[in-house]
Amino acid sequence: MTTVFKRIIKAGFVNFKRGGLISAAAVLVVTITLSVITALILLQAVLYFSLNAIKDKVDVTIYFTVGAPESQIMVLKSSLLKLPEVAEVSYTDSEEALRLFRARHQSDYPTIAALDEIGSNPLGAYINVKAKEVSQYESIANFMKSDNALVLGASSIIDKVNYHQNKLVIDRLNAIISGAQKLGFLITLLLIIISIIITFNTIRLTIFVAKEEIGVMRLVGASKMRVRGPFMIEGAIYGIIATIVTLILFWPATAWLGRNMTDFLGLNIYDYYLSNFFKIFAIVLLSGIILGTISSFLAVRKYLNK
Amino acid sequence: MIYFNNVSKIYKDSVALDDVTLTVASGEFVSIVGHSGAGKTTFTKMILADENPSAGTVFFESINVHKLKNKELTKLRQRIGVVFQDFKLLSNKTAYENIAFAMEAVGKTDEEIASDVPHVLELVDLSNRIFHFPNQMSGGEQQRLAIARAIINQPELIIADEPTGNLDPINTHEIVQILKKINDLGTTVILTTHNRGVIDSVGKRVITMEHGKIVRDSKDGKYVI
Repeated sequence: MTTVFKRIIKAGFVNFKRGGLISAAAVLVVTITLSVITALILLQAVLYFSLNAIKDKVDVTIYFTVGAPESQIMVLKSSLLKLPEVAEVSYTDSEEALRLFRARHQSDYPTIAALDEIGSNPLGAYINVKAKEVSQYESIANFMKSDNALVLGASSIIDKVNYHQNKLVIDRLNAIISGAQKLGFLITLLLIIISIIITFNTIRLTIFVAKEEIGVMRLVGASKMRVRGPFMIEGAIYGIIATIVTLILFWPATAWLGRNMTDFLGLNIYDYYLSNFFKIFAIVLLSGIILGTISSFLAVRKYLNK
Repeated sequence: MIYFNNVSKIYKDSVALDDVTLTVASGEFVSIVGHSGAGKTTFTKMILADENPSAGTVFFESINVHKLKNKELTKLRQRIGVVFQDFKLLSNKTAYENIAFAMEAVGKTDEEIASDVPHVLELVDLSNRIFHFPNQMSGGEQQRLAIARAIINQPELIIADEPTGNLDPINTHEIVQILKKINDLGTTVILTTHNRGVIDSVGKRVITMEHGKIVRDSKDGKYVI
């Protein structure tokens, strides 16, 4: 069995070497397919980075009434943190709120003057809640609105929850994000399917050239595996070489994008490429080998009827 | 050894074999003659189970060849050596590798391959072509290589389908002499041809086919159409 396997591997390498231009053409097409896959991985990274940046800008603020006891706010904060939808909760007390307000309006003299006129701090404390998903803000807001079992009397200290003011924006953003993710997935799927079809047909053409020889091999008594094996190894070699070529080509390409397009994309593609190199390498290599071997397997099967 | 029982093969618009019944005994040298399209090649393909009959059965010894499963068919083919008019060599393999491939197919070790291949190439006078590819060899040399590949595993039967069709008279004579020698050593040979000179020089059993039917089966080795 080991001998058979060794012979199959050796034959695959020899066939690849002797294939010359046909092997080169197949490697080129697999390289194009793998480049599409790599480009899509990077595009997905840009898309997710942008979506996350937008998501990060969305939050819900709960304003408390002036003089609401801090101990009760802290109980509410800890109960919010227990919610599975909540990613982060930050508390700002009324003093800090006033300081921030003054800083924000330092050039707005009438406002500052009005504030001084009042004398006491008219601002209540507030807590800022970030959800794990944009779609989860509604349930958090509803939790806050209800006088729930966790925090008895919480609703009496809440002045307002700005979710309902932001609802329209959040809903629209939510729709855009989920639409962008779905569209991204569909485009990725479509491009990958097209690339696979093109690769499969190219490999099928390279095997078509050997169609008659496949029949001869069978007639001289070679088993199906002995005939098919070298073609599958050859397919895997296409995948391995194409992976190397693709990753080498993407090195200067991502470096250029990193240098010139970081502001536009919001993400330094080159840094992303380098820091995720082994992950990308594994995905591309696996895709290349699977694509090459399965295409060869299917293409040879057609001529292996007997 | 081979038994055709009322075998017919009908393609969409033609009849390749029409109710053929015949027996080939072990050790025989049988020539099958006939014009192009008489059914000679279909006859050989039936023995290799490369074609399925429309009716009838083909036996190799006691085996119904068309009832064999894949693995069994592979085993059967390992017992038969085949030589074609267009040589059907593996073009991306050298002379050595073409023969080694047939040996690998039957599970011979690397040592056996290394010792037997040069020997068989010497037998067919191709020692100086051992590392040549088929396209670097003449038609006669390619056919001798095909014969070397066919005999390397000492098959019980050699099927030579128009082996001299593409060769000049000198190479034709050489090929026929090799086939006769193989037969003298006990291997059954089935040769299809429409070359009168070949049939007359062999001088063994001749089956004549016309429109898929056997019209003559004579022991005297004369070419009559």
